[in-house]
Amino acid sequence: MTLPLVEQFAYGLDAPICLTWELTYACNLSCVHCLSSSGRRDPRELSTAECRAVIDELERMQVFYVNIGGGEPTVRPDFWELVDYATAHHVGVKFSTNGVKITPEAARRLAASDYVDVQISLDGATADVNDAVRGPGSYETALRAMRHLSEAGFRGFKISVVVTRQNAGQLDDFKAIADRFGAQLRLTRLRPSGRGADVWDELHPTAAQQRQLYDWLVARGEQVLTGDSFFHLAAYGEALPGLNLCGAGRVVCLIDPVGDVYACPFAIHDSFLAGNVRGPGGFASVWRDSELFAGLRRPQTGGACQSCSAYDSCRGGCMAAKFFTGLPLDGPDPECVQGHGERALAAVSGAGAPRPSGDHSHRSGRSGPVPVSIGSGPVPVSIGARPGGGLGPARPPDRACDENPLAGFRRLRG
Amino acid sequence: MSTEAQASGVRAGFDLDRPWQLHPQVSVRPERFGALLYHFGTRRLSFLKSPALLTVVRCLGEASSAREACRSAGVTEAELPGYAAALATLAGSQMICARAAS
Repeated sequence: MTLPLVEQFAYGLDAPICLTWELTYACNLSCVHCLSSSGRRDPRELSTAECRAVIDELERMQVFYVNIGGGEPTVRPDFWELVDYATAHHVGVKFSTNGVKITPEAARRLAASDYVDVQISLDGATADVNDAVRGPGSYETALRAMRHLSEAGFRGFKISVVVTRQNAGQLDDFKAIADRFGAQLRLTRLRPSGRGADVWDELHPTAAQQRQLYDWLVARGEQVLTGDSFFHLAAYGEALPGLNLCGAGRVVCLIDPVGDVYACPFAIHDSFLAGNVRGPGGFASVWRDSELFAGLRRPQTGGACQSCSAYDSCRGGCMAAKFFTGLPLDGPDPECVQGHGERALAAVSGAGAPRPSGDHSHRSGRSGPVPVSIGSGPVPVSIGARPGGGLGPARPPDRACDENPLAGFRRLRG
Repeated sequence: MSTEAQASGVRAGFDLDRPWQLHPQVSVRPERFGALLYHFGTRRLSFLKSPALLTVVRCLGEASSAREACRSAGVTEAELPGYAAALATLAGSQMICARAAS
């Protein structure tokens, strides 16, 4: 009959299934790996009325839910108002927070709603490991928020962990924390995006840790969420639960605090900017008419990875991870489990990697300002022999991953 | 281990002869290939892989039984087991639920 469903998704839908919406670049923390280089509020931030208009559009487009993040979204004075507005308009909300505003009262309010889910960020199972990345006191803040949610009877909130070289040995401890609070553990991949570009070399898991992570995840199946973010590990063998699909510009996207629409939350760069919700046709027109998204929805080639036996599993990995490490979009993922990424990285100079487009870091933060410069662009590499030989134009892989696009996706036959 | 394998485990014993309905917390979005379903309670996403299955699901709430819903959607006897399996999977993930006979 029709195309397989994964292909239907790869060619894009009339509306995203869900999307990530960073409500503000303001943040009380200065995490060294922040995807959006957050810290200071952008004065051009969408107003409350503009945010409501976006929600109205999402309702009309039947977008089921938004993943709200930042920055720290709860520091927006209209945060709770916007959450209520969204849920009243049939747009579910999952929001990510460092926990700073999750008071006992806020926790009770959250526990009472079926349409709001909460994700507390925690990047170490111990204060020393967590605070080295997220800043002093952030572990205690997160644990306090978890306690409040748990005491309010909120079952199954998420504890969201970015897996790093420093915390990869703590997976059982993270699981124990989640179990203690009646929460669900969610592990995601460190991306070299935002300030993450500056620390990726030191923080990303080693090859041996990746292997252990994969085995650990396979053993736990659906007990542990991954937001589909480790599909590059499918090249080890069995795919992890989830659809293993890159949703960038196809079934997901990102709206940033000033209304810019990017292909995915890990790709805040002019190269992946599709338009702005303040434009004449609003968000719907960006989603439907953007040339960038149209390009992402066209059939993709495997490029340098085409000849690799694992290509059908990993589909070349994550577009954003390649882009910000200076690798070509049709080449291997920098953390390719076959080792092709490491070899490719050795062949490119890190200095040539594109820089994130915006920097909102605190000016006196722990991490200094991120220099903004656009490098010379991806350097093509090839892996072994490939039919046809030459290198095509750099093209995105036909899958990649996303913040939370299809986590928990169930396949049904019909 | 896969979601598919897990889902198939719940297919046995779907009662075609009782009334069913879409779960009140489920939102349905029609698509070219069928439909996307989202359950706000379980926060799970599912899809219906054909427009015909969408028609069946939409008929459930009014029909006296799932069998009747299939019939009014134009499902033939030969196709019925496939639809029963799909409905069983939907019931297993709480996308549809049993309804009291009216």
